[in-house]
Amino acid sequence: MLRFAPVATLLIFLAPIVAGLLGTALPAFGWFPALGGREIGLDIFARLFAQPGLGTSVALTLFTGFLATALSLGLALAFAAAAYGTRGFATAQRFLAPLLATPHAALAIGFAFLIAPSGWIARSISPELSGWTRPPDIATVQDPLGLAFVAGLMLKETPYLLLCLVAAIGQADLARSLATARMLGYGKFTAWAKVAIPRLYPQIRLPIYAVLAFALSNVDVALILAPTNPPTLSVLILRWISDPHLDLFMPAAAAGLLQFALVAASIGVWRLGEIAVAYFARDLLTNGVRGGEGKFRATASRVALALLFALAIAALIALAIWSAALSWRFPDALPDRWTSANWLREAPTLSAPAATTLLVALCATAIAILLSILCLENEIRAGKRATKALALLYAPLLIPQVSFLIGAQTLLVRLNLDGGFAALVWAHLLFVLPYVFLALADPWRALDPRYMRIAACLGAAPWRVFLAVKIPLLLRSLMVAAAIGFAVSAALYLPTLFAGGGRWTSLTTEAVTLASGGDRRVLGVYAFAQAALPLIVYAAALAVPAILYRNRKGMV
Amino acid sequence: MTGLALRDVTLHVAGKRLLGPLSLDVAPGAVATIMGPSGSGKSSLLAYLCGTLDPAFATTGIATLDGADLAGSMPERRRIGILFQDDLLFPHLSVAGNLAFAVPANVPDRKQRIDAALAEAELDGYGERDPATLSGGQRARVSLMRALLAEPRAILLDEPFSKLDAALRDKMREFVFAHIRARKIPCLMVTHDAADAKAAGGYILRL
Repeated sequence: MLRFAPVATLLIFLAPIVAGLLGTALPAFGWFPALGGREIGLDIFARLFAQPGLGTSVALTLFTGFLATALSLGLALAFAAAAYGTRGFATAQRFLAPLLATPHAALAIGFAFLIAPSGWIARSISPELSGWTRPPDIATVQDPLGLAFVAGLMLKETPYLLLCLVAAIGQADLARSLATARMLGYGKFTAWAKVAIPRLYPQIRLPIYAVLAFALSNVDVALILAPTNPPTLSVLILRWISDPHLDLFMPAAAAGLLQFALVAASIGVWRLGEIAVAYFARDLLTNGVRGGEGKFRATASRVALALLFALAIAALIALAIWSAALSWRFPDALPDRWTSANWLREAPTLSAPAATTLLVALCATAIAILLSILCLENEIRAGKRATKALALLYAPLLIPQVSFLIGAQTLLVRLNLDGGFAALVWAHLLFVLPYVFLALADPWRALDPRYMRIAACLGAAPWRVFLAVKIPLLLRSLMVAAAIGFAVSAALYLPTLFAGGGRWTSLTTEAVTLASGGDRRVLGVYAFAQAALPLIVYAAALAVPAILYRNRKGMV
Repeated sequence: MTGLALRDVTLHVAGKRLLGPLSLDVAPGAVATIMGPSGSGKSSLLAYLCGTLDPAFATTGIATLDGADLAGSMPERRRIGILFQDDLLFPHLSVAGNLAFAVPANVPDRKQRIDAALAEAELDGYGERDPATLSGGQRARVSLMRALLAEPRAILLDEPFSKLDAALRDKMREFVFAHIRARKIPCLMVTHDAADAKAAGGYILRL
């Protein structure tokens, strides 16, 4: 039975994505009988390319996507080079998990609260430093170049890439290689560039592509921070699909394919860039240049990362303050009157989306954990890395959501499944499973198999070995994986919007919808609740093994 | 026909012979030693006897325990205990919990047996302790007691003393071999330490 786990998992997984992409491709090429489309051809694409602003949209998407990815990667690598082996590195690692558990949208809203012309930063320096007595007329949020959007993406993607680097460093036994290079007289950064990066990069390649794909195609952060006229391509697509006249539905499907092509081509370009760098750097690696001490670079990258983390934390605090503010006049640094009324007033309307968020996240996470365990157990019992095909699990992280969700939704409507709870859980599972699997795979594979052998030799039947030895030994990893899965699910915007069919709203969809409105106090309530839920679950998940094994030093 | 018997046992991996053919008889209460360098398939041979050999291996030959063929019997039914160089106490269970894991469920006096085992290991009153707080020698003794509480019909030792420091090693050898002889069960040890083989005082086979 276990043998079929990988195949079944991939089927649950890939079949709907492929079907979704096909479902997007049909209307894009003119076939959509419900709207009178019965001729296969390129007319729809012609209509798409005739849309005003499309070129600007595509340019904005590419510019922000590449910039955010390059800056996030650069900062993560520079900080790791500067701080690896120091206390600062350990401190930074402690911030990673809570930052990664915080949904993109909540961080983006909080970030907007910070940097807006009437935001917390402007208030803190006004009127004393800036001289402003009223909000300045500068476009800091939704600026035409999309720089606020890039910064908002970096708040999440830099910690994510740093986490991937930490994992890769742990496997590579870098400490001795770096020490050797330093003893040979290489400076910190040069040693890192010549010894560490060539070994680390292949291991973080997939996460980098996922970051690039996300930066090029995400909707929720773009809705909050990116320019609106024209918006990024994915937001443009969403706008067309939401149009009640349906005139633009088929061009939107064509744009979904364009989005897919953009991401695929961008990953290809990035790959070519890697090859070029590797080619031209080959001689640099062994040219003997030691490089300087790099004090300035080290300080600069440490400060930059500290600033980024501080912004993220301040963003969350800004959400909390707004949610408890009764009135907060412009240049005051803090509200002059505080209240619990915002929370009390919103509680009745908040509870339904909160319950949905919780329920969907729990279901999707439970299924993801189960499927991951089945696949990993199969791998171990088959005695080999059974299925390379499992790499396909990461497909949902590389394919733009909107590209297959358009088709998947029409399919769900056809099957009469749209707006159903099962469809919603499935849509979340697509994104939860890869992260849960990633989080579980390493500890699962690393567990000393002799524990299980010794338990069997003591007379324990396989199910008892599994339940009484393996699960308890891996409990911490299981809880961490569950917390990650929960956070991923709680943060999902587009899949909830599409699969929910308007019948299900989550804290994320509500927060993003409110973000375009006016009242910061209401928005503060929703965005803070959205951020708090996964953080609470994270803390609870870590508390379980901590309490259960409080007297077990070997379980740390 | 009592004891552990191997007849023309070979282990193959990826089409190449790793070990054997090997024939060996170990009488109850005797300790036989197989010596060989690392990579010679010693540990795999023990895994084969336990029934936990990686499916990537192919085997020929027969292994019997008290006259019964071991092939086809699940590891948990074979009642063959094993000790590794690491004590491998389950870190999530207390000392007594580790011992209780090994005592068969249908034994009426489980509690007394655990207490007796603790006393034998000179660890009276240590039952509720976290195994991580014990010394290396104490952990090694608990590990042996755990293996014996499962009432094995044979016991396998996989370089059991190599991680103990020199002073402790002699005491531990004495402790382990005395208990195995007292139980009158056959014991097969693999090691690359000639002193282990000498202390065992039984048949020695060099690979």
